[in-house]
Amino acid sequence: MNTIADFIPPILVAQGAFWLMVVLTLAGAVLAVIPSKIVHNVLGLALAMFGVTGIYLYLGSQFVAMMQLLIYVGAICVTYIFAIMLSPPLELDLPKPSLLKAATALIVSVIAFIAMIQMILNARWAPLAAPSRDWTTKTLGQELLTRYFLVFELISLLLAVAIIGAILIAGLGRERE
Amino acid sequence: MESLSSYLVLGALMFCIGIFGLLQQSSLIGMLIATELILNGAAMNFMAFNMFLTPDPTVGQIFTLLIMGVAAAEAAIALSIIIAVYRRFKEIRVDGVSELKG
Repeated sequence: MNTIADFIPPILVAQGAFWLMVVLTLAGAVLAVIPSKIVHNVLGLALAMFGVTGIYLYLGSQFVAMMQLLIYVGAICVTYIFAIMLSPPLELDLPKPSLLKAATALIVSVIAFIAMIQMILNARWAPLAAPSRDWTTKTLGQELLTRYFLVFELISLLLAVAIIGAILIAGLGRERE
Repeated sequence: MESLSSYLVLGALMFCIGIFGLLQQSSLIGMLIATELILNGAAMNFMAFNMFLTPDPTVGQIFTLLIMGVAAAEAAIALSIIIAVYRRFKEIRVDGVSELKG
């Protein structure tokens, strides 16, 4: 019986999946930035977050990958869509972004990218002799509730304060005469 | 591809695309979306360093979770501020929101 693994070696499939996710991430990032329609930007952001989820899975961390999918694609992008749909700003016609502004932004970001690439290529990382691959959800949960308990509490407090603040700010804004 | 540098380069690319969008967009929501890209580029670096260099197996993942929580809180607060600003100024372009004349 021939399976697909007889024709394509698994390592090639893994590499193909990795590069597919990289391409999805970068295409989504470009799509999130370039178009001037806000809905297209949000869809691009969702695509980029989906690609990052795949890369986290490739790195071996299932829990963080699922959280990425749930929080970014499921919560943040949907919140953006809600904010756009529930308020009129979508109908406002945005002016075309000025060419000078775009050129300046391009120059600044390219310079930042070149500087970062220089740093990455010149750094001497000392690789671990035996890197720990204990990335299971169980270990993560145990550490999160024992050693890094403060982080857990901090996230909870931050989210609670942010929700209350968001309701207050959006609810109490007064219309100007 | 099983190397630290490829993940770092990907993170740097996302970060720089985010900076480009932050400087180039003229609407507040577009700038917020670019900020999410910047945060994700940083989180990608944490995951890569945790995978390849850290003896502790979880610290980078927990920092990434913290970044996600901060991003969610930031999105909620910033969107409500944008809605409040829109109600007041009828405007979501950055240039249009100003009261001082001069």
